[in-house]
Amino acid sequence: MVTGYGPVERVVRLWLPVGFFLVLALFPFYWMAITSVKPNAELYNTHMMPLFVHHPTLKHYIDLLTETSFLTWTWNTMLVAVVSTAISLVFGVMLAYPLARMRFAGAGLIAMTVAAVYLVPQPLLFIPLADLINRLDLGNTLTAVILTYPTMLVPFCAWLLLGYFKTVPMELEEAARIDGASRLQTMRRIFLPLCTPGFISAGIFAFTLSQNEFLYALIFLTKSAVRTVPVGVIAELIRGDVFYWGQLMAGALLGSIPVAIIYSFFVEHYVAGLTSGSVKG
Amino acid sequence: MSIRSEPLAAIGRFPRRSASVGVWLDRQSVFSWLMMAPPLLFLAALVGYPLCYGILLSLQDRPVAHPGTFVGLKNFATNANDPIFWRVVFNTFFYTAVATLLKMVGGLALALAMNQQFPLKNLVRALLLLPFIVPTVLSTVAWMWILDPAFSVLNWLLVALGVPKPGPSWLGNPILAMLSIILINTWRGLPYYGITLLAGLQTVPPELYEAATIDGAGGWQRFRYVTLPLLRPIILIVTLFSVIFTFADFQLVYVLTHGGPQNATQLFATYAFDIAMGAGQLGLGASVALAMLPALALLIVALTIYLRRG
Repeated sequence: MVTGYGPVERVVRLWLPVGFFLVLALFPFYWMAITSVKPNAELYNTHMMPLFVHHPTLKHYIDLLTETSFLTWTWNTMLVAVVSTAISLVFGVMLAYPLARMRFAGAGLIAMTVAAVYLVPQPLLFIPLADLINRLDLGNTLTAVILTYPTMLVPFCAWLLLGYFKTVPMELEEAARIDGASRLQTMRRIFLPLCTPGFISAGIFAFTLSQNEFLYALIFLTKSAVRTVPVGVIAELIRGDVFYWGQLMAGALLGSIPVAIIYSFFVEHYVAGLTSGSVKG
Repeated sequence: MSIRSEPLAAIGRFPRRSASVGVWLDRQSVFSWLMMAPPLLFLAALVGYPLCYGILLSLQDRPVAHPGTFVGLKNFATNANDPIFWRVVFNTFFYTAVATLLKMVGGLALALAMNQQFPLKNLVRALLLLPFIVPTVLSTVAWMWILDPAFSVLNWLLVALGVPKPGPSWLGNPILAMLSIILINTWRGLPYYGITLLAGLQTVPPELYEAATIDGAGGWQRFRYVTLPLLRPIILIVTLFSVIFTFADFQLVYVLTHGGPQNATQLFATYAFDIAMGAGQLGLGASVALAMLPALALLIVALTIYLRRG
């Protein structure tokens, strides 16, 4: 900025607001963690100071892993996220490459359609899709969600990759064409290897979006063996009006960790995707 | 004689195609359409078809597991006479408007606070984005526990600060329940606003601030006449995105309140879900979901046109 500030002003202008936002953003995670290690005697005792744990225990984690199908849900969530991310990246490239590099009639229309499809929210589609999945007899199979997640991920990846592809210089491809490579060879061997950062951005987004998905999983997966973490936690750790808060918080924390780890490795790509995907397109 | 002395190593080995099929395949339009056909067919089957089928369903009386009968606009008439439906309309617009406003103002404040040099800035930025990347359902469960009627830590704090015991019933009171879902939606979406706007702020050339300062502009004037106009395109796009997905929100409300108490937090998506999946009225449920379409279509068209221009 233009002027330097004194230490007092720096506290007011920087540390107070940043500290406020940090506490606000992180408190629910602190609360998940602290709740998950509290014994029930502490959890449901209103006379004890709740912000700290006095006698930490791993009982809720052990119960969660032995008494519920949490590990199965985690496996299902990962499997679905990885497969639908892979499908979405491949389909995304197949849409984005021609739109970024080729001149053909209808390109503008297709680009707009892809953007519009990305913006169609799931609640508009879930009722007819539920009927469709039933008729295809795919209810309670992971195929149901592996097929439906890409409906939002493909347009998203295509859009993000389209923006990325346009920033890649064309000279190498032109050289390959002159040397006699077909368009497919040029794309696969010359162009795509240059685009790894774009794939990482799109892939992390698609992966976190799949982990976050709830509506389709809630409707299509009603048996414990095929559930994903969000649906399993909501449907099976809340039984009627009885809440198993220790297990719920342990599940919420464990369910958040895979996304958080992947995110922490690629946070710069994530931020780049966040800002370019929505801003430049 | 070759024009270029040495061909790129990686592409020297491409076999020459002689067949005319190869030439045809290499035409830009043929290559493009062949390449795009599989994903486009996929989207047509799983987005285009359900969208049309949903419109058809909304015109039917269609109990689950029974064939439907065409009833024209009867479902929409039923909605128009349903006081809960109008409550849902009000709730959805109110929820979207207030949450979006809070995210916009809060996000701008976050971006301005973060747009300074300080140690561990990248770590702070990464931590601030956590609410946005963690699965919504899981963080909402944590909020549910924070707002629990009997063991709320928020109420423990409020009581410690002098609020009479037992403190407010966050999810049991209609107004507080609406406030709660708005605040949690804001909690989740604010980092997205903040980090995107921060990226925008970082592209503002410092010379502009210097020029404004030389011209006698104070801090507020620099913000009002330099920062804000330059951020306007980004604010507009982020807001349109955020409005679309807040308007059609489902997860947060379904987990936290199920639309209650007494439909005080019922939104289009949760109400359509209750009717279609709870009561098994697919036709009526589809008509409630489709009631979102006019507003959404307007937003989607606006954003699509804007994105294409930009």
